Amino acid sequence: MREIPVESITEAVSEMCIKVCHELSDDMRTCLFDAYEKETSDIGKKILGQLKDNLAIAKEEMIPICQDTGMAVIFMKVGQDVHLTGGDITDAVNEGVRRGYREGFLRKSVVADPIERVNTKDNTPAVIHYEIVPGDKVGITLAPKGFGSENMSRVFMLKPADGIEGVKASILEAVRDAGPNACPPMVVGVGIGGTFEKCALLAKEALTRPAGEHSPIGYVKDLEEEMLDAINELDIGPAGLGGKCTAFAVNINTYPTHIAGLPVAVNICCHVNRHISVEI
Amino acid sequence: MEKHVTVPFDKSVSESLKAGDYVFLDGTVYVARDAAHKRMTQSLAAGNELPFDIKDQTIYYMGPSPARDGKVIGSAGPTTASRMDKYAPQLLDLGQTGMIGKGRRSQAVKDAMIRNKATYFAAVGGAGALLSKCITSSEVVAYDDLGAEAVRKLTIKDFPVIVVMDCHGGCLY
Repeated sequence: MREIPVESITEAVSEMCIKVCHELSDDMRTCLFDAYEKETSDIGKKILGQLKDNLAIAKEEMIPICQDTGMAVIFMKVGQDVHLTGGDITDAVNEGVRRGYREGFLRKSVVADPIERVNTKDNTPAVIHYEIVPGDKVGITLAPKGFGSENMSRVFMLKPADGIEGVKASILEAVRDAGPNACPPMVVGVGIGGTFEKCALLAKEALTRPAGEHSPIGYVKDLEEEMLDAINELDIGPAGLGGKCTAFAVNINTYPTHIAGLPVAVNICCHVNRHISVEI
Repeated sequence: MEKHVTVPFDKSVSESLKAGDYVFLDGTVYVARDAAHKRMTQSLAAGNELPFDIKDQTIYYMGPSPARDGKVIGSAGPTTASRMDKYAPQLLDLGQTGMIGKGRRSQAVKDAMIRNKATYFAAVGGAGALLSKCITSSEVVAYDDLGAEAVRKLTIKDFPVIVVMDCHGGCLY
């Protein structure tokens, strides 16, 4: 049994919060730079140019890419041969978020209660999803989620008879309704199957898959490509002002489901789709 | 068409702006988002004054990240304007002439814009680092306890926006 002190997880989470809010992953940068080259609308190209400049300024001057540095969503994959020592793992993760958001001058956007709405002033608690996996490592994926796009996300409880056409219609409906509000070009995370909450989680985790990397399932890969083309035909465009590039990627994850159901979740993320992973 | 507009501005300036105009704003704007709007309308309902004279002013819907040492402000891009739709018509009726945000607005806001000759500008969402370079001063003027949601007064220079809804009913979305 391998021992891992929880303090090392705190340190990792803190560093990840700061890095991910100032520097986009290579996949997202490539998408933006490619879109700039390909965009044919004048205003669209101008906006994508601003977004390229924005990334450069953010990295050089350590100013967050976007002021909405999000609610910290964290996927923890804990190996079953790991013994976590030195404290409570959830406290350790939240301490990492607290430290990262303070030391990184990131915005504290979390309120303690959804109705009373008093800011916790340290961006905690994070939303943490634990999974026990084989092995003796701890995998941490951090994806701070901004709410401009989160607010435009949807869950559809389709019927089995709706089939793949129903799934396509749901994805397009969510993207069309999101329009300019979700800061396009967007990344569209889709979960199909499972239960009400499982499909939402699938969609969220799909956003952490690098843009351009497809599902290993044949028909799902085809659906990802077809949906990306269909979304980019909607003429929503950069900032919702028209143009070819409405989405950078459509990432779809699936899971077995019940004989009576076809749940579909569409989790929309803006062009600042922050995700970072480490393994300890 | 590219234009330079000085903020604050009166209704006659609004009338000259058309959906699709690419505008650089210079001058001062106030910053308020969800919690500040709620408090401002509660204040009005209680018969109290707003924390600033709203006539001819522009409100930027924004909540910045904290400023590093030596910086005026942190990342400072627009937030989704529709969350302020519940509050905006009342403020427009009191003389507010400009709004900066991103995304669609309600019919009630569109009607209030036409009625009061107000303009809605979009700044590019997610370009907060770039936009922070166009802000030359920032001061909290009310509701300090709201943190990132406090009311601020900003001085801006060559701040890039696009007229997405004008006071003649024109809309780019």
